[in-house]
Amino acid sequence: MQIGILYSRIRKDEKLLLGELRDRGHEVTKIDVRKERFGLESTTADVDDLDLVVDRCLSTSRSLYATKFLDSYGVPVINAPETGDVCADKAKNSLALAEADIPTPATEVAFTKETAMEAIEEFGYPCVLKPVVGSWGRLMAKIDTRNAAEAILEHKETLGHYEHKVFYVQEFVDKPGRDIRVLAVDGEPVAAMTRSSNHWLTNAAKGGETESFDLDDRALDLVERASEAVGGGMLGVDLMEVGGTGSGEYTVHEVNHTVEFKALDSATDVDVPAKVVDWLEAKAAAAAADDATEATA
Amino acid sequence: MTSDTDPVLAEDPITGEEIELPADVEVGEIIDSPVTGTELEVISLDPVVLEEAPELEEDWGE
Repeated sequence: MQIGILYSRIRKDEKLLLGELRDRGHEVTKIDVRKERFGLESTTADVDDLDLVVDRCLSTSRSLYATKFLDSYGVPVINAPETGDVCADKAKNSLALAEADIPTPATEVAFTKETAMEAIEEFGYPCVLKPVVGSWGRLMAKIDTRNAAEAILEHKETLGHYEHKVFYVQEFVDKPGRDIRVLAVDGEPVAAMTRSSNHWLTNAAKGGETESFDLDDRALDLVERASEAVGGGMLGVDLMEVGGTGSGEYTVHEVNHTVEFKALDSATDVDVPAKVVDWLEAKAAAAAADDATEATA
Repeated sequence: MTSDTDPVLAEDPITGEEIELPADVEVGEIIDSPVTGTELEVISLDPVVLEEAPELEEDWGE
């Protein structure tokens, strides 16, 4: 098959994916979104003959626009722009999870530092303030005191981009020093790992230690439903254990739409790029079958 | 003639020194300069061109 990879930076994740696709004899077109233009009818990117395009943009804004344009031309895109739209924004992400009745940390959004302060005081200390768009644990604040809250809110209101004036306030979940990352394709787990750290942020990007994790039935159900809640696709579903290690109870704090998987590939026995490409092949075949059906209708 | 396992040689755009890249290097990949530690982006492979990589942007991530 002919697969396009949307990118602006080739990380180890993309190298693993490219290697697996090429090893299987697929023709890969790398599309550097920084070099292309996207019009209302067509793009400078060479996408006409592609069976599927996989969005691996490092930049969320580029990811959202590029996938939206490609989708409008009828090019099959993984993940769908609708999924990206929900996952890229923590507020929309939380709403989608709550609407699907999936346990997720209590969250409020406020638009001024005064109302944000009210939300923080109601949650009590510690609580968490996050940017609505962002990743890798950047600009996350665990707020322990009113003094700290006032300082952070003033800094965000004064220095920040307008998105930083959307104050996303969340309860602090007292997780057991780790959270769980699941890579799932249309709700089916490919691999799962824990990310552990003495720091309250346990992201692998922040240096959290990773270890393979076996999902129980409850976690499997939540992963499937969380995937469906955001529109499905290739996703990184993040869960925290509530009530201690092995309690069997979880809260889903977010779903990521351009999921990195190099840490999962190293931490588990699963050949993650192989499983991902298995799924991409199935998606491309399904897209081709849909095209054929439309052509004969 | 080069093979797939031969290292790729390139000029460090900051110091001008010749540096060695992995044989499987990809356009778009980021390489840490062994000379200065600066992040360098692989712009092309034929010829091999490196440039200083863009700074981290706020919306980067997964």
